[in-house]
Amino acid sequence: MASTKASKEQKYDRQLRLWGDHGQETLENAHVCLINATATGTEILKNLVLPGIGAFTIVDGHTVTGEDVGNNFFLSKDSIGKNRAQAATELLQELNSDVSGNFVEEGPDKLLDNDSEFFHRFTIVIGVQLPESTCLRLGSVLCSASVPFLVCKTYGLIGYMRLVVQEHTVIESHPDNALEDLRLDQPYAEFQNHIKSYDLDSMEKKDHSHTPWIIIVAKYLEKWLSEHNGQPPKNYKEKEAFRQLIREGIRKNENGVPEDEENFEEAIKNVNTALNPTKIPSAVEDIFNSEQCKNITAQSPSFWVMLRAVKEFVHNEGNGSLPVRGTIPDMIADSQKFINLQNVYREKAMQDAAAVSKHVESLLQSVGKVWPESIPEKDIKLFCKNASFLRVVRCRSLAEEYSVDTVNKDEITSCMDSPDSEMVFYLMLRAVDRFYQQHSRYPGVYNYQVEEDISKLKVCVNSLLQEYINICFLFIHLFCIFGRYICSNLSLRFILGSAAQEAIKIISHQFVPFNNTFLYNAMSQTSATLSL
Amino acid sequence: MADAEEPEKKRRRIEDLTEKMAVDSGHRDGGCDWDGRWNHVKKFLERPGPFTHPDFEPSTESLHFLLETCKILVIGAGGLGCELLKNLALSGFRLIHVVDMDTIDPSNLNRQFLFRPNDVGRPKAEVAADFINSRVPGCKVVPHFKKIQDCDESFYRQFHIIVCGLDSIIARRWMNGMLISLLSYEDGVLDPSSIIPLIDGGTEGFKGNARVILPGMTACIDCTLELYPPQINFPMCTIASMPRLPEHCIEYARILQWPKEKPFGETSLDGDNPEHIQWVFERSKERAAEFNITGVTYRLTQGVVKRIIPAVASTNAVIAAACATEVFKIATSAYIPLNNYMVFNDVDGLYTYTFEAERKENCSACSQVPQDLQFPPSAKLQEVLEYLTENASLQMKSPAITTTLEGKNKTLYLQSVKSIEERTRPNLCKTLKVFFSDVELGLSDGQELAVADITTPQTVLFKLNFTA
Repeated sequence: MASTKASKEQKYDRQLRLWGDHGQETLENAHVCLINATATGTEILKNLVLPGIGAFTIVDGHTVTGEDVGNNFFLSKDSIGKNRAQAATELLQELNSDVSGNFVEEGPDKLLDNDSEFFHRFTIVIGVQLPESTCLRLGSVLCSASVPFLVCKTYGLIGYMRLVVQEHTVIESHPDNALEDLRLDQPYAEFQNHIKSYDLDSMEKKDHSHTPWIIIVAKYLEKWLSEHNGQPPKNYKEKEAFRQLIREGIRKNENGVPEDEENFEEAIKNVNTALNPTKIPSAVEDIFNSEQCKNITAQSPSFWVMLRAVKEFVHNEGNGSLPVRGTIPDMIADSQKFINLQNVYREKAMQDAAAVSKHVESLLQSVGKVWPESIPEKDIKLFCKNASFLRVVRCRSLAEEYSVDTVNKDEITSCMDSPDSEMVFYLMLRAVDRFYQQHSRYPGVYNYQVEEDISKLKVCVNSLLQEYINICFLFIHLFCIFGRYICSNLSLRFILGSAAQEAIKIISHQFVPFNNTFLYNAMSQTSATLSL
Repeated sequence: MADAEEPEKKRRRIEDLTEKMAVDSGHRDGGCDWDGRWNHVKKFLERPGPFTHPDFEPSTESLHFLLETCKILVIGAGGLGCELLKNLALSGFRLIHVVDMDTIDPSNLNRQFLFRPNDVGRPKAEVAADFINSRVPGCKVVPHFKKIQDCDESFYRQFHIIVCGLDSIIARRWMNGMLISLLSYEDGVLDPSSIIPLIDGGTEGFKGNARVILPGMTACIDCTLELYPPQINFPMCTIASMPRLPEHCIEYARILQWPKEKPFGETSLDGDNPEHIQWVFERSKERAAEFNITGVTYRLTQGVVKRIIPAVASTNAVIAAACATEVFKIATSAYIPLNNYMVFNDVDGLYTYTFEAERKENCSACSQVPQDLQFPPSAKLQEVLEYLTENASLQMKSPAITTTLEGKNKTLYLQSVKSIEERTRPNLCKTLKVFFSDVELGLSDGQELAVADITTPQTVLFKLNFTA
């Protein structure tokens, strides 16, 4: 019973307001793979099924145990003894009739042995509670297929996530506190003409108090520049003087008392914002300097073609600046003045986007492709609007993280300097993985094993540290206290529900994913993001 | 109609199932457990670790307490509530009550996973309880389809821990006030057995927070009221004569045109009625066209009229997980609880921040001292009213002010009952004390005013201090 378009709009309304219809479309075209339907795994998948991904496939060779059912909402008592992938698929599928669920009753290693390209079909692969060797193998396979890989582990009270993706581009990063793009420091011709059309001194009172603050600041900035050798206010003292200059522009009544002109107060309040120099953010400059931007080929994804086109724009029509964004904040003004001013920005934005489109066209031509079929105009407009917010996330491979030659020693040692750092848990998890490698099981699963396993774990920690960092014996005793604790081998799974959101970011290319390791301590409710 | 029948059938089927299980398991609840069921919980309770509470004694008794005795109240069966119920049930809590006054709406289905399309229109608390009870054998969730204000002291007193997944600050403050009113003091010393811990969670889009409140001991909701800034409404003059944004046009249709044109008779605007929203949408478009404003869409119209807050499953999962962890820690005394406020944001990467919110010495809810009201005697009652509603630490909605004059209880101003509002309205223009006019209320310096408001179940005492 598939939903109708209208019922889907109703159902997904609250999330459509976050990522829009186009974001939802990417979700509905996605096929997610979950390896291991543990409590953590099914929790992550639940948070992907509910928002309506197209399909999922669970890969799991394990059989359901009593303990599994006790902590997993998506396994029932009658599934004990059955294959875990199959059992979980049923109850997850039931959450949302728009989603199609599949399962494979085999572990990932065996799967890869039989079909090395099995995982190529997925939009993203999420691997839960996988041993290090499997992660490394999958990491390499998925890298060659350009499939993003999200590794998740929960041990006792520690949650761990690792994102492995070579290159992930984000156009709509939706930053929380974006700077406005007002161009007051370098007004374009149309903006200048618009400013000229205002004569503050000769205006009627009503017009004067309903003139947008952007115009007010522009006018007084002109005055200031003419009196200060073309130099805008730079330090606090000058900005204060500039504010005073504006304040003096407030109309006074017959008794010389300043009138209540809220728009002028707004102008004064916004001086800092207004004086922000128009600048290309360094993150965007870095992206301009990437190899992918320099070498456009027929295989270049549209992100890089558009980026190169914007770069060309910056060096030509843009005179060193990005395309105008085209939006202004709301401000006290009468409707007509505000709309007219808004249109000046909007039209300039459209003009700039058209210029960028021309560059896109010639770039595509140069590699034998046709515009606008390859890159629709609306995509270019969206790209230009978000030009200041573009992000590219590149995560190091697992092989690089684990290898003695390329391990990020600096990050590890600097974190270990602070006593509360979550880095300790990262090292613990690595030691536990090493334990598994040597003993084919996890430490402390049964009470009787705990004491003995602690000393075995100590050995693992020791060898790990000696490989990576010379002489950190100081921490070994600390690790062993944690070792007893890690030996609980539980899954406090819930917190990794956020793993689903990271997967959604990857699928939709909206909002910025973490890079590249996330650790969560459920007992102190603290977390850290590390770059390893 | 087929659809209406379905929920009934499904409910009966679930009841049958539960019946059957009770019979199969014999007279002991333990009969529905199976081998290894509680292993994941036992490991927490039977082994000490570096984070265990200094007073914690690992034992098998903790599990027994969780399963048989501990009573938890979940407030709200929506985005957070569904997640909370699942987490608590899987952690071993069996005696759970849930309160929610709402029925299920299609827009809930993207995250409130205990509900299905067939359940639309049914009470959330009841459907949630049914689902959990059938999915987690042995769990006995008791639903209450009512407002929190419809339950009394004796109801709340029975719980060991209360966890909130509310979407309203007013409701939070009310709950906060209720638990504070249950505290008992002996010779000025707080009796710890009267404390019911309150775990409060909130989410909005990709942001959320979880906090632990020990009423009478740690910061309460009102202690940190400034963390919830009041909702900004557009100024009336903008809406009425100077619209600039599509939102202004929508508010015009909602606030001004609807009451004037009464398109559906005397019915007030119902954000859940598509016909109503369509009407507002059409009028908003007309208004926008008049002023050359673009951007009015049906979705925006609905969002503005209903003050919709975007929501996704993952944020609710994270915050509910954090809250449920705290419930578990406190119930078992196994680990040190969160101290005491965690903030979460996953717009850019993943960010959490944990800090200790501090108690406010003169908190209007939990400090037990009368609140200070400083006004000159010439001030009018209207100014006092404005202070009560606009002050960031008070944020009252429609306070009713009473006092004792000449030995008798006198209502100075009350808004919620029309006849009393009319009768007391002239008081707003009167001065607090005699001052160049004979239109005054006759209050004295140090006078106590009792203020009632929907933000608190108990009246708040204020002390009037005249300034020069």
